[in-house]
Amino acid sequence: MDEKAKGPAVPDRRHFLKRAAAGGAGLAATAPIALAQQSALKPETEAAVEVTSNARPGSDFMVDVFKTLGMEYCAANPGSSFRGLQESFINYGKNTSPEWLTCCHEESSVAMAHGYAKIEGKPMMIMAHGTVGLQHASMAIYNAYCDRVPVYIVLGNILDVDYRRGTAEWVHSVQDAAAMVRDYTKWDDMPVSLTHFAESAVRAYKISMTPPYEPVVLVADGTLQEEPIKEKTPRIPKLVMSAPPQGDSGAVAEAAKLLVDAENPVIVAGRVARTPKGIELLVELAEVLQARVQDQRMRMNFPSAHPLCGHPGAVIAAPNLSDHDVILALEAQDLWGITHKMTGLNKFGMESHSTIKPGAKVVTVSAIDLNHKSNYQDFGRYVEADLAITGDPEATLPELIEACKKLITPDRRRALQERGTKIAAENQAGRARNRELAAIAWDASPISTARLSAELWAQIKNDDWSLVSNDRFVSSWPTRLWNFSKPYHYIGAQGGAGIGYQAPAAVGAALANKKHGRLTVNIQCDGDLNYAPGVLWTAAHHQIPMLNVVHNNRAYHEERMYLALLAAKYDRDMGRSDIGTALNGPNIDYASIAKGYGLYAEGPITDPKDLGPALKRAISRVKAGEPALLDVVTQPR
Amino acid sequence: MKTFALLLAIFGVAALAQTKAAETKTSDAANGQRLFEKNGCYQCHGYWGQGGVAGPRLNQTKLPFAAFSAFVRNPPSSGMPPYRAKVMPDQELADVYAYIKSIPAPKPAKDIPLLNP
Repeated sequence: MDEKAKGPAVPDRRHFLKRAAAGGAGLAATAPIALAQQSALKPETEAAVEVTSNARPGSDFMVDVFKTLGMEYCAANPGSSFRGLQESFINYGKNTSPEWLTCCHEESSVAMAHGYAKIEGKPMMIMAHGTVGLQHASMAIYNAYCDRVPVYIVLGNILDVDYRRGTAEWVHSVQDAAAMVRDYTKWDDMPVSLTHFAESAVRAYKISMTPPYEPVVLVADGTLQEEPIKEKTPRIPKLVMSAPPQGDSGAVAEAAKLLVDAENPVIVAGRVARTPKGIELLVELAEVLQARVQDQRMRMNFPSAHPLCGHPGAVIAAPNLSDHDVILALEAQDLWGITHKMTGLNKFGMESHSTIKPGAKVVTVSAIDLNHKSNYQDFGRYVEADLAITGDPEATLPELIEACKKLITPDRRRALQERGTKIAAENQAGRARNRELAAIAWDASPISTARLSAELWAQIKNDDWSLVSNDRFVSSWPTRLWNFSKPYHYIGAQGGAGIGYQAPAAVGAALANKKHGRLTVNIQCDGDLNYAPGVLWTAAHHQIPMLNVVHNNRAYHEERMYLALLAAKYDRDMGRSDIGTALNGPNIDYASIAKGYGLYAEGPITDPKDLGPALKRAISRVKAGEPALLDVVTQPR
Repeated sequence: MKTFALLLAIFGVAALAQTKAAETKTSDAANGQRLFEKNGCYQCHGYWGQGGVAGPRLNQTKLPFAAFSAFVRNPPSSGMPPYRAKVMPDQELADVYAYIKSIPAPKPAKDIPLLNP
């Protein structure tokens, strides 16, 4: 096709930016794609764009490319290998769309993008050195990879030896920058021209946002950034998003038959809802089948107070599935692990056996099979499913729901309603039981995590709130006591269980919530905050409102429990399990740290009676537009 | 839950003889609290035995000492440390049990405004 036929021959800059902004805002999809999938397809550029900016450095053109992709922010700790791009962002791009976010650590940059994507549903851009910056960033990239979250990573590097000025540029240069993270990114490229850069930039976005979502890497060569644009008319290709992969229709019909005929089916929801529509679809499927949903809480998949919600207790990651005759696992995490019993760590040796009902059928729907890698073992143990459907769960749900509806006769519907009534009664009893359990240690000091969660809920429940931290570390009390229903009410956990994620991911999520005026709440584990606390300064500097409540149990507590268990197993002294795990002597003063970074802060709070008023004061500051932190000395879990 | 109850029944019968002796000893709840913390019981069960994601509730336990002792000495395959006599002698275990039994009962949730929806 004639390139010039696709768009205006040589648009002026004003015209170009106007159209780029329109693309960033997300034009209607051109392909006939279901409504459920549309939000994932944004943004999409209207048509091919051509730019002439021959008097400028290549990095100006790169900024134009990022603008067309609708990037709102670029998070980075500054680095000389991408100084050209940074200068272009600031002066040529006017530091808007994307706006530069000053980060104190590359791990913070990536984890901020991780949290942002989980709220906003699209990638944030981060920049880092291809060497030392990427080395800092790598754990956070692994978390995002395991959590199936898109992150758009741009690395600076100087490939041409002629252009490496001095020692720093030699030690910061690398032959294949992305090699270090290729095992846990979905795609990468190292473009050698601006045309190549634009094409790969658009391709990277598309790949990152095609389920399973994953991080991608684009190398911005230093020479390409800083030398004048040589190509006559570098061109930015049109972005057309792929429709998400949907499960095979025949297999979906087979799954529907199993589910409708089942006496007691269960839906295990791992990473299901990519968009708000995903929650609606999962609710619809559960209600059509009147089936219990065991939400693994890796996303906001299912309303926590829904009568069919299956986890009124604390154990969410490993639900008991032994009573069910059909198990529908929607991109479930560690499905083998939750359908088998292994020898506990308190015993020697290893034996395992299935824990599901003999003859029970296991049906899986997952897009993960489309992006397997070998080295890192996040894929879990092989599952002997009876029916394995490769496809994105959210994209597959509409057809599955319709197939189920067609099979349900009036008689069957009455039976399903009876089942639903029973599940609802169990759910209600479970929630009442949770309230009784929360009453234990109500007046304790250190403050119980149930009290902490109840006090928080009382302060936020009438606001448009968003909990941006994993609540498992506080015994899932928010899940057990609060009412989660909206897509941004919860964002799950790290993915790769890499600690150091939570504080920066919370800041990124709060940034995404800011423009919607939501009250962001982060129950922040103390150990996690110590990895890169400088992200608190980033929150203050960029005026990102958020309430941080430090769950300060003064330990790397998970590891302390392991040490005590192993010591007992070997008949040794369990009293020494604090060595290497305790965070005391001296106690860390998180309020002073936060104040030093420019936040409003109070603490340590040890008396539960002081907590409510302190929360009220901190929330008033957050509502005024600033980040705040309360240091609360808590029970371990 | 059914498995747990069955285990308790088995442990209860098996340890009955041992228990009789332990129950008649004088137990020291204060020392039990010290041991509860030193030996890491609180790590999973909380300082007040309230339980949580890592360990079940102990507060207001209805387990008799026999079943408690048998369970702690040889817990089923799980994440529960096996506290054998070498690391927690019988008297210490009795003290820990005394501490658990001494923890005040919680208020009913209905009497706590924040726990009423």
